[in-house]
Amino acid sequence: MYSLKGKNIVQLNVNKEIHDVVIRPSDVLLNTLRDQLGLTGAKPGCENGDCGACTVLIDGWPVKSCLMLTVEALGKKITTVEGLKNVPIQKAFIEKFAFQCGYCTSGFLLVCHALATIHPYPPDIVIDEWLQSNICRCTSYEEIGNAVRAILSGEI
Amino acid sequence: MPKTGIGVTVIRKEACNKVTGDAKYTNDFISVGILTAKMVTSTCAHAAIKKIDIAQASSLPGVRAIITGDNCSVIYGPLLEDRPPLAHKKVRYYGEPIALVVADNEFIASQAVFLIKVEYEPLPVVNSPSEAIRQGAVILHENLGSYKTVVEDVYPKPGTNICDQKQIRKGDIQKGFFESDIIEEARFILPQSDHIAMETRTAQAKINADGTVFIRSASQAPHGIKKEISKVFGLEEGKVIVEVPFVGGGFGGKASIQLELLAYMASKAVGGREIKIINSRENDIVTSPCRMGLEAIIKLGASKDGKLKAIQMTYLVDTGAYSDTGPRLARAIAVDCTGPYNIDNVWCDVLCVYTNHPYVTAFRGFGHASYTFCIERMIDKLARRLQMDPAEFRKINSLLPNHTTPTQVKVTESNFGNLVACIDKLKTLINWEEGDRLEIGNDKIKAKGMACLWKTSNSPPDEVSGVFLTFNEDGSINLNCGCVEYGPAMKTTAAQILSEKLKMDINRIYVNMDVNTKYSPKHWKTVASMTTFMLGRAVLRAAEDVIRQLKSLAAVVLRCPPENLEVEDEKIYVKSDPAIFLNFKDLVHGYKYNNGNSVEGQILGRGSFIMSDINVLDKETGKGKAGPYWTVGAQAVEIEFDKKEYTYRFIKAATVMDAGNLLNPSMAESLVKGGMCMGLGLGSRECFNYGPEGEVLDTSLRSYKVMHFGETPQYLVEFVETPQLDSPYEARGIAEHGIIGIPAALGNALSVAVQAELDELPLVPETIWRIKTGGVL
Amino acid sequence: MISFDFEYYRPDTLKEAVDIFLKLDKEGKSPVYYGGGTELISMARVGSQSFGAVVDIKNIPECKVLGFNADTLCLGSAITLSDITEANYFPLLSKTAGRIADHTMQGKITFGGNLASTIIYRETVLPLLLTNARLTVAGKNGLAEVEIGQVFKERLRLQKGEFLVKATIDKKFLIAPYFHVKKTKNEKIDYPLITAEGLKLDGYVRIAFSGLASYPFREANIENMLNDSSLEFSQRADKIVQALSGVITSDLYGSAEYRKYVLKNTIVNILETLKDQ
Repeated sequence: MYSLKGKNIVQLNVNKEIHDVVIRPSDVLLNTLRDQLGLTGAKPGCENGDCGACTVLIDGWPVKSCLMLTVEALGKKITTVEGLKNVPIQKAFIEKFAFQCGYCTSGFLLVCHALATIHPYPPDIVIDEWLQSNICRCTSYEEIGNAVRAILSGEI
Repeated sequence: MPKTGIGVTVIRKEACNKVTGDAKYTNDFISVGILTAKMVTSTCAHAAIKKIDIAQASSLPGVRAIITGDNCSVIYGPLLEDRPPLAHKKVRYYGEPIALVVADNEFIASQAVFLIKVEYEPLPVVNSPSEAIRQGAVILHENLGSYKTVVEDVYPKPGTNICDQKQIRKGDIQKGFFESDIIEEARFILPQSDHIAMETRTAQAKINADGTVFIRSASQAPHGIKKEISKVFGLEEGKVIVEVPFVGGGFGGKASIQLELLAYMASKAVGGREIKIINSRENDIVTSPCRMGLEAIIKLGASKDGKLKAIQMTYLVDTGAYSDTGPRLARAIAVDCTGPYNIDNVWCDVLCVYTNHPYVTAFRGFGHASYTFCIERMIDKLARRLQMDPAEFRKINSLLPNHTTPTQVKVTESNFGNLVACIDKLKTLINWEEGDRLEIGNDKIKAKGMACLWKTSNSPPDEVSGVFLTFNEDGSINLNCGCVEYGPAMKTTAAQILSEKLKMDINRIYVNMDVNTKYSPKHWKTVASMTTFMLGRAVLRAAEDVIRQLKSLAAVVLRCPPENLEVEDEKIYVKSDPAIFLNFKDLVHGYKYNNGNSVEGQILGRGSFIMSDINVLDKETGKGKAGPYWTVGAQAVEIEFDKKEYTYRFIKAATVMDAGNLLNPSMAESLVKGGMCMGLGLGSRECFNYGPEGEVLDTSLRSYKVMHFGETPQYLVEFVETPQLDSPYEARGIAEHGIIGIPAALGNALSVAVQAELDELPLVPETIWRIKTGGVL
Repeated sequence: MISFDFEYYRPDTLKEAVDIFLKLDKEGKSPVYYGGGTELISMARVGSQSFGAVVDIKNIPECKVLGFNADTLCLGSAITLSDITEANYFPLLSKTAGRIADHTMQGKITFGGNLASTIIYRETVLPLLLTNARLTVAGKNGLAEVEIGQVFKERLRLQKGEFLVKATIDKKFLIAPYFHVKKTKNEKIDYPLITAEGLKLDGYVRIAFSGLASYPFREANIENMLNDSSLEFSQRADKIVQALSGVITSDLYGSAEYRKYVLKNTIVNILETLKDQ
């Protein structure tokens, strides 16, 4: 049985690198990534799982890092926006004007990237379901839809 | 040279940073040893504070300071000084900051916050603007008469809950109604709502031993913070340095100053150590300022042939517990109170009233989305009474050159644009001729509604912007300006304007994305859709400044008069023979002759701008000019309504706006659509629900709903381009405007579909059901 | 940020889980079983729940089952809502799971976590109530299998130290005609104003509700009214609305009167839809 009490040094696999971090069991992944690894691409927006700005990928699936204990992520592959290296969705977001202030962008990028990886040919309803997990307050969402469709169709 | 200036779609300068996580926002600057400040906030909307017990919290290891209203004598307000940064003796809204804990980290600070016990003695609450002005209403600010007014045109009424009153008196209202054949009257209710910028408000502060104060903040007003912090705390302005990195959305909510005051106080309390204060989403919704609420009673008269004759309006602006920007919102409503229509007889009172609700600040549209809902509903009601097509009715009443506005400004083609052209284009775009109500089977109705919009800015009459240009040795340019980048790509716009003026590649222009008041010239605030206008004018002057210097130096080197020279593509050439030229890189850090002798030095450009021709409005009649020009437009919403369920979905939303001249077409379209999306949210779901004791019930994004992916309509956006002659390249501001008419167009569409008068927002299915059926089974 | 400390345990067996829970409890550490954690973390952040230890059951094989065993479908308590929708063995349950929170959250929220939620909706219980599912509960005396009605009364009522291991559903229910109607205030992703779902089995319609009252429920007398062929659809709806009017809630999401209106429409729609099936 694995257990963790008090502060401990543990290893996280983030963006294909292994990092030592000091955590307490009550630490949530969002704070560990930001405060200890400087991976500030994941943003706090509500810390309640409602906005999706803190979304990261855990073993390829989107997860809101504000509602995951860091200890739950041990042994799993964590991907943050800093780990996306020239993937098509980044280009698509730029070309399709899919962001303005940029604060929600990391979360959206990771959801879109995971969707394209897991469901390369999703029907519209699946695109809607996945992307409804995040809030963008600047754009009309149409631009984000255009960006994700551009990578799904192979246009970008 | 490739076309890279204005009129072409340009990718925003910081695009790459925003898709890689490289773009840093205030809270992303994490320094070792920074302390955390956290607020204790009120759980009552109106109460006397009997006791604040900090004993247990103070004894927690790692707690460095606890501040309450008792340790703070400051009282602040940008227009009327009525708000203590920490509640003193009483709280006036749910969520008001009461105490501030400073601790080693957030973990300890949060523990301490839970340990602070506040004892309240509840007071009766004022839970709506109409309650606030009722005879015998509870008075929120018994010392209103002794509060200091900061500007000349705020008119508080001591002994009441009215912190300001603006009025418009134009023509003869009695005569106007006498001449009216048809008169409509209605009452409107719009509750407060919130900005919900994805980045919550946050600030950091540090005070050096020499007294230098450093503030980093998610703000739309870095220079405003500098001025206010120095004023409020009696500091030398040069010793207050404010830095604003990327900002995660503003929508007006980050134009006010709140956390910065608390951050300074927190740092001061721990000997100047660096501290951060971050709003939780819950605090960001209720504790920090929100969007105004509005109640209105409007009476509108027209002649049989459909000409508007008279309008009488009473608007009650729910400014919440403190005035903050409320009086300016009241003024903005007064200035444009009729909508973009020609009405000779106007009587309007706008009362800015205190309630026990969260206090308010600017919000996209600056009051216009609110009053426009009322006006445009009235226009539709009257058109239907007259059995006129609502689009035609709007057209024949549109303001035209030589008409006057409610504040008696003469309309010109340049300052107003062309609303009729917008309406005509909108009709085609939304297929208006198809009819506004179609039964499509299965209890479904397809309906359309439209609304017009106009907006001018409401800046102080003497606000400034400025630009510094420096050159790199390779001839490329650094553009340094004081406007904040929070989304609408204004830094990119500035680069476009410079690129156009200097006829050079925009990729060779580098813009500072952050603002630091120590180095960046003042820009009023990044608000009011005025950045292109103000900053753009400053950019043009700076460009002229460097052109003059470059020509002057090149003239010496080339031995010709400067007027013979032209600038293009980083070269200065002789007009009559472009083969004779010098490159920027040979001139911008001084020119060196073959023998080593050098002349001139760095070319340093500067451009400055001040608003001109703006007045303080006459107290009695409102006469005067509030802003340099208007942006006008027409919008429509098409919905599918389910008669049985009272639910609906958006099919289309359309906007035609007079943009003057489109500087960055795709960006412009995206800004307008973003505004429309927010407008659909305001129209359909966003609001604060208040409990009977004035408490806000929607304090998280679980219950406060905004638009989500997949819920949006097809967007149709087109532009009309009537030049605004005073603007840089004749462009009009458009960043806010997409929101303004959308709630009204939705209200009109739904009223048509439901066949009921829907005069409140938001229009959730239950509200529609209640209005239509009376709320009984 | 959770502003208190707790201990974290991730047992590998059912016995380990129960043992450590009871030990922690004895030590006064107020332990809680931990599934997806979304609710515990968000409540802990705002201070409305506190605990000294969590026992994460996501590593226990019995809690991770998802599939068929002879004539029953087995659903482990630690499978996520996304696991349910992706596998899609029971379309009604998939529909239910697919309308709880949002898609990303569905990858974290567990089936057992939703059933044991302190938030009043617990929508995944509705398919279980409709199918007379059996629940396997682990406790200090080992495993016990019980009929859902015995432990789920408004909410999951387990003894200290007990936790849900899995639910099993008879295969015959999986192919029955079903309906799932979730009405919200306005948004797709929201708590339900009313979730009504049901099955038609041997000509008889079963129905269960969430959002209508302060707990999810299935009631025999309501089903009798629903199936009373002596009455018109709208009369049956009226009767049900009348019968439930005492428990229908009024809150931020909708008034009781409006809920009644929506309920009536929903029932008529359901009956119309099912009449030919």
